[in-house]
Amino acid sequence: MFGGLRAVNDVSFCITEGTIHSLIGPNGAGKTTLFNLVTGLYVPTSGEILLDGRNVAGTAPEQLARLGISRSFQNLQVCMRMTVMDNVMVGSHLTLGDSILQGMFRFGGARRKDEAAEQQAHRLMRFVGIDDFAEVMASDAPFGILKRLEIARAMATNPRLLLLDEPAAGLNQTEKVALEKLIREIAKSGITVVVVEHDMKMVMSLSDHIVVLVDGAKVADGDAGEVRSNPDVIAAYLGVPIAKATADA
Amino acid sequence: MKRRLADLALLAGILAVVPFFVPNSYIFDVVIRIGLTAVAVIGLNILMGLAGQISIGHAAFVAGAAYISTILTSTFDWPALASIPTAVAAMTALAFLLAMPMLRLNGHALTIATLGLGLILQIVLINEVKWTGGPDGLTTTPLSVGSFVIDTDLRWYVLVSVVLVATVALSQNLDRSAAGRALRALRDSEIAACAVGIDTYRLKVRAFVASAAFAALSGALTAHYSGFITPDMTGFLKNVELATMVVVGGRGSTLGAVLGTALLTALPQLLGGLANYEMVVFGLILMCTMIFLPEGIVPSLSAKWRGLTVKRGPSVETSAARSQETNEGVWRPESGK
Amino acid sequence: MSIFLQYLFAGLTIGSIYALSALGFTIVYNARRLVNFVQGDFLMLGGMVTATLVPFGWPLPLAIAAAIATTIACAALLQCLAIAPAKQADPVSLIIITIGASIFIQGIAQNVMGRNQHIVPSFTGDAPLHILDASILPQSLWAMGGAVVLVAGVAWFFNRSLVGKAMRAMAINPMAAQLMGIKTRSMLLLAFCLSAFLGAVAGVLAAPITTTVYDIGLTLGLKGFVGATLGGLGSAFGAVAGGLLLGIMEAMIAGYVSPAYKDAVPFVLVILILLLIPQGLFGSRVKDRV
Repeated sequence: MFGGLRAVNDVSFCITEGTIHSLIGPNGAGKTTLFNLVTGLYVPTSGEILLDGRNVAGTAPEQLARLGISRSFQNLQVCMRMTVMDNVMVGSHLTLGDSILQGMFRFGGARRKDEAAEQQAHRLMRFVGIDDFAEVMASDAPFGILKRLEIARAMATNPRLLLLDEPAAGLNQTEKVALEKLIREIAKSGITVVVVEHDMKMVMSLSDHIVVLVDGAKVADGDAGEVRSNPDVIAAYLGVPIAKATADA
Repeated sequence: MKRRLADLALLAGILAVVPFFVPNSYIFDVVIRIGLTAVAVIGLNILMGLAGQISIGHAAFVAGAAYISTILTSTFDWPALASIPTAVAAMTALAFLLAMPMLRLNGHALTIATLGLGLILQIVLINEVKWTGGPDGLTTTPLSVGSFVIDTDLRWYVLVSVVLVATVALSQNLDRSAAGRALRALRDSEIAACAVGIDTYRLKVRAFVASAAFAALSGALTAHYSGFITPDMTGFLKNVELATMVVVGGRGSTLGAVLGTALLTALPQLLGGLANYEMVVFGLILMCTMIFLPEGIVPSLSAKWRGLTVKRGPSVETSAARSQETNEGVWRPESGK
Repeated sequence: MSIFLQYLFAGLTIGSIYALSALGFTIVYNARRLVNFVQGDFLMLGGMVTATLVPFGWPLPLAIAAAIATTIACAALLQCLAIAPAKQADPVSLIIITIGASIFIQGIAQNVMGRNQHIVPSFTGDAPLHILDASILPQSLWAMGGAVVLVAGVAWFFNRSLVGKAMRAMAINPMAAQLMGIKTRSMLLLAFCLSAFLGAVAGVLAAPITTTVYDIGLTLGLKGFVGATLGGLGSAFGAVAGGLLLGIMEAMIAGYVSPAYKDAVPFVLVILILLLIPQGLFGSRVKDRV
């Protein structure tokens, strides 16, 4: 609830491990709010969020990261005053820890850990395709690179569940194709992916399962074919985008 | 690793050479004071620069340690070798107790809370005359290790240099470590930091405590150097000065912290002749630096340098195409967390 | 009972001053999310300039007017030369700019008007009046009355006048306000001038009671800020309430517990409130959109 406005109202659905899910709906439907609820940034006023059967509603984001939930952000949350590589290495926090004493006095195999972290970061950056930008300051890096940086950083936490909030927003066609391939590869490695997206073509081709939200309520829940032909979904989008995508596909 | 040692060697080298250029005792005094204050400022930089929090109350830890060490040596005849560590430990513990409630606050609330801290201590120091000598303060005993007394400029200079180099080393280590990255992530985007599992609250608390420890060390040493201490050590101006030194030099940069300290300590001394205009000039410098070099001197200059030699990397499409070719297909995450 | 009443009057008197100071802080904070450390110095200037002019033969009302004008001019310069150029600076940088400005202004005041304490004559004499069981100085009535008039005026301004409403709009959403044709630069200037006006008047009202000196801005400003924070930074009503509350508590502690520690009261109080009710007594929690 936001000052009287029910952002997410009685939404219920299941996410199957190892698959790619999409969450779609018009702007303001509550998709990012839903993400924020799942990742602990908001506390639900009622209801449960079950991870492996355990209710994690209201758990703090940092705890959820430890439980294997990781995300990227719609409005980039990148540390602009750090290099691309440092940003990704921040993602390795769960492995490296953040002991100030250890940082200062460098005991406990600090050097070994640092080197391993650097290698891990490079691998991740190569995987998402930003390794060339490793030493570039984030504030100087192009937008597309930063979007992929967030994915790399989210993956550095070794998540089981990866939530991507509009990863394709602001990307050109070439970048979107590369992104789609990237998401598939992430899912192939066993990570469950949930994507909020507006690009219908990408959504229809990528997703094993789609949930449609309109005005905070669930309107449809199924695979691409079911959702495409759902009259409520078509109505919500005024018919044109989905019908067109079906014709083009 | 090699770069770290090179930096420190350079610093040590400069410090070794400085005494030969010092013309008189007065300048020597200024230099030593810069060194002593720099220790506190480098510490405060951990909280304000790396972690991005704000405290205009850290002079309280400086003053607190100064008074504790003085009282222990003067009233209870403790050796300095015991009183200084005790003062530091006491302030560190106090910082921990205070940090826990205070760092639940943000921005302006934290500013006023820390300022309150500094001023409350000042009021206590002024009023508890029996222990603290009231507004006139206390005189301190010279620092002695056994029978070796540190009472000449040169001896103090050596001591302060050693402490300063050690402090710079620790700060540089922290900056380049995982903890340093975590702190900076906390500063730049608390949301992102939480998302990767950083317990931001606990990290802030630890940054606060660490910076308080350095402030305390600075205070305890300064007490024995100065010969006397007063409650003004934690007054409004002193508190603001510390924060200003961090901000003017450059938040997040150890070098910046030292530079800021040197500038803002030397300046009033240079303006000593224009005693009346000290505040006017100080205020003016403060304003101008923050308006024109908001990141502080060192980061602004290094950003301009970066601008000239900008590393922008290749174009995005080349990079994307390259990733499609070289990718072995499936991502295999490292086993174990 | 009469002692209690005595303390209460003292508290209300100084509380009125704090309330005005707090209101000044709030107006600027609402306009630009900036905590203006110079607010305290506005109070100082109000009192000091008056105190400097009176011995030269200026009639009191004229001296007061001159003091207010000087302060407003100062505020305008501050906004145009120091705040506006800072543009996108982050909150910490802005606070430090205002701290620098405060030190600068204190330095100038120190040079122009000396380091000594100055006396401003009470408006209507010093003969205490007897109300209920306690005595109260006429100047205290001026302070309280002045505060009531000013607060009412500010409330009218923000709620009823077009300019005031425009300022509120700007506080809520500067971008939208600009699109609606509201000149944000002018509004900001107005906000500063308004807070300077409040500060100067508060300073003049207080000066006969507290005497005035070049660095009194620190205490008065800080306590005003504490009052604003107590009530909830951003809430005008909270600022006034917080300021009054602070004044009363200070007077009570000074009277019943220990005069020496009365200056610690604001800080202990504010730390406690911030920890227990971070948004202040009357503020509202704001959640950022991610």
